[in-house]
Amino acid sequence: MAATKSSNVRLESSTESIKKPHRIVINDKVESILQSKKNANEIFDLLEYLQSDKEKEVVRGVNACGQLFCDLLERGDLFVGKLPKEEELLEGERSADDKYRMFLRYRYNSCIEQLLENMGHKVYQVKESSLCMLMKFASTEGKFPLQKLDWCEHYSFPRELLEAVVQRLLSDSEDMAMLISRFQEFLEMDDVRYYVMCSLRDYVAKVMDKNKGAVMPTFQNNVFALLSNINMPSQESELTNFMATQGAKHGDWKAAKFKEHRRVFERTWLMFLKYKLPGSMYKKVLVIIHDSILPHMSEPTLMIDFLTAAYEIGGAISLLALNGLFVLIHHHNLEYPDFYKKLYNLLEPSVFHVKYRARFFHLANLFLSSTHLPVYLVAAFAKRLSRLALTAPPNALLMLLPFICNLIRRHPSCRVLIHRPSAEEPCNDPYSMEEEDPAQCRALESSLWEIKTLQNHYHPDVAKAAQAINQPLSEIEEDISKRLELSTFGLMTKDLKSAPSNVPLEFDTVSQLLKGSRDVLGAHFCLE
Amino acid sequence: MGKPQKKKNVADKVRKTKTSTEIKNNPFEVKVNRKKFDILGRKGKHDVGLPGVSRSKAINKRKNTLLKEYKQKGKANKFIDRRFGEYDTKMAPEDKILQRFSMERQRTLEKKDMYNLNEDEELTHYGQSLAEMEKLNDIVDSDSDSEEKGLLSAELTASHFGGGGGLLRKKGPGEKGDKGRSRQELIDELIIKSKQEKRERQTQKEESHVLTEKLDQEWKSIQGLLSHKGSRAQSQDQTEKPKLDDYDMMVRELGFEMKAQPSEKLKSEEELAREERERLQNLEADRLRRMRGEAAESSKKKAVHFSADDLNDGFILDKEDKKMLAYKDGKWSVGEEKEEKEDVEGEEGESGEEEEVEEDDEEAEEDSEDGDDSDDDEEDSDEDAHSDLESEQGSAREEEELEKDEEELPAASASCQLSEEELKAQQEAAKAELPYTFKAPDNTEELKDMLQGHSPLIQRLILERTLKSNHPSLAVGNKLKLQKMFGFLLEYMGELASSKPPELNTVNILTPQLYGLCQLFPAAACKAMQTLLGDSAHGIEETVEVTGRAPFPGLDTLIYLKITALLFPTSDFRHPVTIPAFLCISQALTQCPVTSLQDVTCGLVLCCLALEYVTLSRRLFPEVVNFLLGVLHLAVPDKTTLGFSVVSPFKQVGRNAELLVLNTPEATEGWSRTPLRLSAVQGLQLHSDLEKDHYRLSLLNTCLDLVKRCAVLYKDTTSIFHIFQPIRAALAHLPLKNYPAPLQELHREVLEALPETPAQQLPLVFDKKKPIPLKLLTPKIVQVLDYGKKRGNTKEQREQERLKHKYKKEFKGALREIRKDTRFLAREKLSDVMKRDSERKRKVKELMGSLSTQEGEWKALKKMKRK
Repeated sequence: MAATKSSNVRLESSTESIKKPHRIVINDKVESILQSKKNANEIFDLLEYLQSDKEKEVVRGVNACGQLFCDLLERGDLFVGKLPKEEELLEGERSADDKYRMFLRYRYNSCIEQLLENMGHKVYQVKESSLCMLMKFASTEGKFPLQKLDWCEHYSFPRELLEAVVQRLLSDSEDMAMLISRFQEFLEMDDVRYYVMCSLRDYVAKVMDKNKGAVMPTFQNNVFALLSNINMPSQESELTNFMATQGAKHGDWKAAKFKEHRRVFERTWLMFLKYKLPGSMYKKVLVIIHDSILPHMSEPTLMIDFLTAAYEIGGAISLLALNGLFVLIHHHNLEYPDFYKKLYNLLEPSVFHVKYRARFFHLANLFLSSTHLPVYLVAAFAKRLSRLALTAPPNALLMLLPFICNLIRRHPSCRVLIHRPSAEEPCNDPYSMEEEDPAQCRALESSLWEIKTLQNHYHPDVAKAAQAINQPLSEIEEDISKRLELSTFGLMTKDLKSAPSNVPLEFDTVSQLLKGSRDVLGAHFCLE
Repeated sequence: MGKPQKKKNVADKVRKTKTSTEIKNNPFEVKVNRKKFDILGRKGKHDVGLPGVSRSKAINKRKNTLLKEYKQKGKANKFIDRRFGEYDTKMAPEDKILQRFSMERQRTLEKKDMYNLNEDEELTHYGQSLAEMEKLNDIVDSDSDSEEKGLLSAELTASHFGGGGGLLRKKGPGEKGDKGRSRQELIDELIIKSKQEKRERQTQKEESHVLTEKLDQEWKSIQGLLSHKGSRAQSQDQTEKPKLDDYDMMVRELGFEMKAQPSEKLKSEEELAREERERLQNLEADRLRRMRGEAAESSKKKAVHFSADDLNDGFILDKEDKKMLAYKDGKWSVGEEKEEKEDVEGEEGESGEEEEVEEDDEEAEEDSEDGDDSDDDEEDSDEDAHSDLESEQGSAREEEELEKDEEELPAASASCQLSEEELKAQQEAAKAELPYTFKAPDNTEELKDMLQGHSPLIQRLILERTLKSNHPSLAVGNKLKLQKMFGFLLEYMGELASSKPPELNTVNILTPQLYGLCQLFPAAACKAMQTLLGDSAHGIEETVEVTGRAPFPGLDTLIYLKITALLFPTSDFRHPVTIPAFLCISQALTQCPVTSLQDVTCGLVLCCLALEYVTLSRRLFPEVVNFLLGVLHLAVPDKTTLGFSVVSPFKQVGRNAELLVLNTPEATEGWSRTPLRLSAVQGLQLHSDLEKDHYRLSLLNTCLDLVKRCAVLYKDTTSIFHIFQPIRAALAHLPLKNYPAPLQELHREVLEALPETPAQQLPLVFDKKKPIPLKLLTPKIVQVLDYGKKRGNTKEQREQERLKHKYKKEFKGALREIRKDTRFLAREKLSDVMKRDSERKRKVKELMGSLSTQEGEWKALKKMKRK
């Protein structure tokens, strides 16, 4: 019946649309449906619009449907309770009113389906309006539930609808970051957040299990986008913003409990992190882990597996994992075997060039600020850092050299690294860079010749900083926190700002661009 | 209470009351103080004392002061002195006196005494202050006075000597009516009249005197202006007046004649060369000092450089401007004549004044005149021409030569690129159409309009002429204009470099101009260059922040960096331009990912520049080594077993990690070492695989050579082995057998230059400090040369000792005085008591006496009654 009707309607609408603009036509239809039950079949026309090719029409259709069904919901014109099958609709002995309401309920369901489908539409506007309308339905449904409240403590929340929305948001083929950031505004509401997390957890588990744990970059990206958009409240009293409020007891409702929120949040993250992640995802997670994940977990130590795994990966990911580990070690008494050994092995030439350099050295400074560290360890760190300093850019060097000096200051027995008056014979450097165990690398028997070399660095500040080891170091440690974020341009501005009083000039006269006493460029390049 | 200080003047007073000689001669008054030692030549103050005198003095004094106070003790009434300022301690006594005096004067002025003519104190004579006249500074009116001296007016004589009759008769006809006037009145009138006359004369004289003085003043004020003219006038006077003594003239001439100054010795070639060498050595030493980072401020030596062809004589080529410069009289016309003559001579035999461009022209012309010399002649024709010129310009100065040398080179280079005919034609054309003066451009667009469309050489000519016609010595604003022009020129060069295809040849030719401008205005040049470099670095920084990666800087930035190396000393420890330039290179080498052969080229250009920068100072540039390692890494085909790791901007493995791996091993044939083209930075058109491979080989060749240079440069650094260890590893992985022979040879050389084993080093120790000497406990022995004098180490100590001594003395003296005071007071009190007692006794006695007489009388009466 529906099929035939719809074909008729399409014909009609197409003919009508020639005469009138769509907006007016649509509005008229909504009006007529709302006014009289006779016109109920015009709903099919509206649903038609949702499948239109033209995005404007779709958006208008979405709005119209929204208006229509919200009004119907408020009027209670939709059938409440368990719905019989559509085929059986006419068979049973029901009043015409019931039939009408069931019919509307079916149309409502098909409208939701269509909207969910539209969330995968090409055009962002369509996606956005569909999403908004679905959430509007959700909130109206929350107020006027479509299920019968059969027992009093059960709170009716349109979970199925929300689940469907979340599943659509977590597309495995399309990057939904934009839509998810739009969705964030709904996540501000506490019950929505709670149920989103619940459904997220289940859905992730389902999808990943189906995929046998293989990496799904797009899906996982979407999951991460959604998860990282969740702003957890920090205390119970902040749980005030609810979408569905029936004015009943909040106490028994899980979504109203702060503990439950935390538990679900924790479970969701753990579920997400349980599976193998793409490399970039590790970085993204690790960047936010210490301030937006760990504080909201009821049992942060559960993260230890993930963090350890990340720390073992090496490279930038290990650097980032340090931060989370630090929180666990510092606040949750985590005992991490061979932590310093691993930290030592993280020191690679690339450490000065990665984006997270400042964060890494900030943490390394914290870890190495303990005065209870063995001397061999500190010496190994100092020596390794100074060896690496041979490849570092000047902005890193300006931070690194005081860092090394601070290490020696904290551990006076490391002074032999820069002052060994006993030995008089020249010797080879006994330090072994390849040795992974700081205890075996013989750093204590070595000297920091590398810093001596850096005294001849081209940047005057670096050369000055390196010259600090020529004299006994002063007692007070230098503050490196300001230098952590120093960039090359920042370094340059210092020189650019100072107004020169006297500018020395080259006295060798210039005859040509590529000719001069010290020309190198001219030997390999020509002016063409 | 006591007045401890004995004042000398008081003592004198006391002494004066008696005749001092009398006292001194009285042996009972004198007490001789015994001396312990008799020292020759010392005059003791206290040899002889007069105890009696001093005691009486002291007693008197106490009576005047202490006793009075004592007697006033407990008394409420007091005498108040109401004179002005009597109790005002703040007022100086002089002021007090003055004030009192003026008050006194006011009081006298207030009373209007009509008969007191001499009220005002100033005494005058003829209306002039006597006091001033006494100074006798007015001697001007002596002559005029003499004329009138003794001359009495007719009226006066008449009245004095003609008697009353004449006077009456004279007055009679005019004023008969006032017969009532007495003789006394008439005489008064007369006196008044004569006085008036005198006064008038006096004022007249004064006026004329004032005028004369004013004239004198005015003359003095303009005398300075006319000084030399005056001297000339004087000399004219001298010639006019031959009466002046010849001898005197001779003497004066001899006296004033300037002693003949020894002229500068003509310097020989060797001396000139030596001076030049010394100058360069000085500059070099200065550079080294700055390189070590020592304070360069102390010596404010500035290389006196001017634009490449500036002769610093303000000479300008064009005639209009010449008029501005010309002198007012005589000389101007001479100059023009000379100019005309030169024109006639066809620009030969000019002196050093002529512009350098013209010289170039001449060279060209002469070349053409020389005719069709053989080719090899033509090659050094420039030099020949130059030497010819030099011989013509016998008086060419040293600086000019230097400048000429600067000038010669670009000309020579240009002539390499342009054939002689073309050059000549161009210059002819230029001479024909180019104006001689150019307005200094106000922005880059104007400069571009001015220069664009001309050939490089003409552009240089235009620039030269612009510089000439806007030389700072010509007008006030020119300096600013030229300062700005440096920035414009720099920007223009950047535009030339970034245009497609880049006009690097023009840049090359304009560089000496830039150098000249830079030498003129170092501060402005510094600022302009800083801005450009800063902008470039800022751009890269921002792009990196936004997108995480940035493209390599364009050719214009590379050219700026190159120009920086030419204009500023890159070896300085600290320099406002070169250090940012270093950082610019560093930034590009670490933050710009290498994605194409073009990027590799750009990186290698930057490496070349970096090496240039540090050639002299041999400073460590880790980024260059990192980058070269990365480039070598790009050429390693098998990345599985690497013994090294590369750092940003390179990736260990990845899409672009095999950029320099040869596609076909056969590509080695046909490859020859050719210089790379700078324009490759902007874009590469390599069509076939073979071309690409050849280009890769060229890049590798450059890279290997740079590694070799690096190795040589840093061979003395302590950690050279560790610095180059990764490079050694990378070199070992290169597929050598695919490379042509020259590359293999270079590879071998590089390996030789790199150290095979780490050098043995001494462990680090702190710098040796000068040991602090121990404290010594042996006594300090000071030789005393003059005994008897107070010895002290320092002036302060001596002063302190003196004060301490003085204090002690004063303290003792004060104690003594107080004791004496109390003793005196006690004595006084005692005498008072005694006096009172004796009085009482006397009175008692008197009373007793009277009573006894009474008693006696009464008894007598009684006896009488009884009887």
